[in-house]
Amino acid sequence: MIKRLIIFLMLALVAMIFVHLAANYSENTSLSKLGRYYAEKGPQEIGAANLVTAVVVTYRGLDTLGEVTVLFISAAGVGLLLRRTRRKQDDEDLEQGDRAEETTGVHKPASEIVETATELLLPMVILFGIYVFLNGHLSPGGGFQGGAIIASGTMFLLLALPESHISRLMIALTESLSGFSYVVIGVLGVIMAGGFLDNRIMGLGAYGTLFSAGAIPLIYTLVGLKVGFELSAVLDRFRKDDTGPL
Amino acid sequence: MSFLADMQISMIVLCSGLGLILTGLWGILTQRNIIRMIIGFSLLDTGIHMVMVSIGYVTGGTAPIINDAVPMAEVASRIVDPVPSALVLTAIVIGLGVTAVMLSFAVRMYRARRTLMIDEFTESKW
Repeated sequence: MIKRLIIFLMLALVAMIFVHLAANYSENTSLSKLGRYYAEKGPQEIGAANLVTAVVVTYRGLDTLGEVTVLFISAAGVGLLLRRTRRKQDDEDLEQGDRAEETTGVHKPASEIVETATELLLPMVILFGIYVFLNGHLSPGGGFQGGAIIASGTMFLLLALPESHISRLMIALTESLSGFSYVVIGVLGVIMAGGFLDNRIMGLGAYGTLFSAGAIPLIYTLVGLKVGFELSAVLDRFRKDDTGPL
Repeated sequence: MSFLADMQISMIVLCSGLGLILTGLWGILTQRNIIRMIIGFSLLDTGIHMVMVSIGYVTGGTAPIINDAVPMAEVASRIVDPVPSALVLTAIVIGLGVTAVMLSFAVRMYRARRTLMIDEFTESKW
């Protein structure tokens, strides 16, 4: 009872702060100084039509590298936590759980319609993901969104055909290679242009076309591949019959 | 209804975001089921994202993408602030990573005790 009272009191206090915040809020009528700088200088300096992409990939590129690292660490953490340990007791526990699931009939094969639709739609989902990350500098979209769409394709595959095999080795290779190339591009920026992750290592190209904005499409392709494969690996780890480290 | 019509659009987003933060906090503090607590964290995340987006809104602004609708000459007066949007993009991805790790902890805890009720894990109680 005391606990509930304390929780209620705390929430009431937080709510009071929020009411105060909301009461004193007034909508901005013009951009902040930083936003104005990005809006006015961004198109000339970066050459990206999507200003959010310009901020994410170049002005705050280091943050994005950190973000990709956080995602990598969390994928690695999921892998570590959900690894099947070789200890006998755990195995027995798992087998008990598996048997319990089998008797309740969780595993029912998907119907032919679902299987055919998966085979038909999966390439299109992945193609759409690639489209989204290739056009990240022109339209709403980018590496993270495209990667998430690719991972949703994997989810689709795992739901419709739960027995399908996903190569851990391929995932690990693609992921590490794209992460490594991302850092290499960043370092190339230091050597050939103004600083780490500077996108002007390649020509800026014609404004508003697919091959423009310097290295942004390249960086976003790498980010998209990395995020897509990483999230696919996470989804794959959450499957029941998870075996081995690779 | 006139009250709602008078409200600025970013104010509505701000208030819903703050409401979601409170709901999430309530869920984290009161629920005994681990999955429900994780849902509370997700609600909290979403609320914070909405608050951040509403702070970046500029009256009458549109998405910060230069195209036919937003000509380059008047870009500074037509768009919303791109910085909070970029921050939210980062925050969404990090929230996803955190949720994935929390869920895998839940799987581990279920394997250990065959239950998801937090009361069963007495050794972590103080």
